[in-house]
Amino acid sequence: MVRVIVPSFLRTLARITGEVELEVASPVTPRSVLDALEAKHPALCGTIRDHVTKERRPLVRFYACSEDLSNEPMEAPLPSAVAAGDEPFLVVASIAGG
Amino acid sequence: MKIRVLVGTKKGAFILTSDGKRKAWKVVGPLFHGWEVYHMAGSPADPNRIYASQTSGWFGQVIQRSSDGGKTWETPGGGPKMGPDGMPHGESNKFVYEGKVGEHLHYDNSMKPWEFKRVWHLEPSLDDPDSCYAGVEDAALFKTSDGGRTWKELPALRQHATAPKWMPGAGGMCLHTIVLDKMVPGRIFVAISAAGAFRSDDAGRSWRPINKGLTNDYLPDKNAEVGYCVHRIAQHPAKPETLYMQLHGGVLKTENGGDQWKNIEKGLPNNFGFPIAIDTNEPDTVFVVPIDPMKGRVPPEGKLRVYRTKDGGRTWKPMTKGLPQENCYVDVLRDAMAVDAMDPCGVYFGTSGGQVYHSADGGASWKPIVRDLPYVLSVSVQTIK
Repeated sequence: MVRVIVPSFLRTLARITGEVELEVASPVTPRSVLDALEAKHPALCGTIRDHVTKERRPLVRFYACSEDLSNEPMEAPLPSAVAAGDEPFLVVASIAGG
Repeated sequence: MKIRVLVGTKKGAFILTSDGKRKAWKVVGPLFHGWEVYHMAGSPADPNRIYASQTSGWFGQVIQRSSDGGKTWETPGGGPKMGPDGMPHGESNKFVYEGKVGEHLHYDNSMKPWEFKRVWHLEPSLDDPDSCYAGVEDAALFKTSDGGRTWKELPALRQHATAPKWMPGAGGMCLHTIVLDKMVPGRIFVAISAAGAFRSDDAGRSWRPINKGLTNDYLPDKNAEVGYCVHRIAQHPAKPETLYMQLHGGVLKTENGGDQWKNIEKGLPNNFGFPIAIDTNEPDTVFVVPIDPMKGRVPPEGKLRVYRTKDGGRTWKPMTKGLPQENCYVDVLRDAMAVDAMDPCGVYFGTSGGQVYHSADGGASWKPIVRDLPYVLSVSVQTIK
């Protein structure tokens, strides 16, 4: 099981409590995790990445294992600890605006 | 009789309700905590159906829908189900331009491709609760016919020959006003900042600019076909050929469906402002809120005044009773004024300071319903029988 934590605003929107657990086939990548997340919670479509281009929205960041993975390719494998469910994949809303 | 006032703010939405007397008010909210709610609108065909535009600089656009008068909300099409293609369907938030996207003029004279940012205005169909129009930034007109599950652009407007000359106003290049003509089938008016007003006589399949007579001090061509920063237009069904306009600099009137406009600003302290509304019972009675653009978009002299004409713009009088007449420095945005369908007409407006004022006597006197909401972006009203 891959564990995903989304920002509180998106948890409210999609009526999610706590972490989301997802079955994701190998290789586990940001794209495959987000595909599975949107499949389980379609209300999140378009909120984390663009509907059409599938690019990450500018003020949303991806972290895992204390690393900023936001600019890694969407097809790049995530750390094995994320694939194994030992560490969560974090979708983070940037602090912006002061 | 029940009045429901739908208030969109920079930090969520609020619903204010009262009976026909409009004396005691119940306030519910905030809904959609922390999100900007640009607009909410109820269906004329089914008052329990309400659409809301929830938007965020972080997470983009979300359309919410209520089918029980605002008690519960859903993102239509956002439920836990898959489409036949195996892909998730969260189409209710999806606004994609049809065909070639094209480019428009930018502040620096460069050309920028159209890019969807948010829904500014929702205008439910007059007769079908599942149909609703959406005016968006960058300027285009969308429509849903399935209760908000999916949205499809009416592309003829964005593909108009003048579109490359449209440019953003300070708030973005937004389609902020949609008027569905109640008397002439298929006739739609829209307004775009800063492109101008447009009219369709065939339900959006074709459009023409209707900006003759508009004045400006920001275009090199004083008779330009487009490029005007129209802030708002309003129409009364009893006089469908007559529309009123609050322009970036001017208050105007047309008596031939927009073919020609004339200035009616004489008697106002400023020709700048955002909203304009018409009394439900008196088609010649119009309300504006003058704002001083040279002092940071605040009421002139620190006095919050609604100006009312009862003779179609020949004369204007300030309506001040109950409104702050000193040290008031709030703004009132284009979608933040609305009227109910009672007699006498109720008038409502929200401010950047979070007050929502209402008048139950056609503007003669005012009271705040609430004083300390977040910055008010929009106010719309449902009169429920």
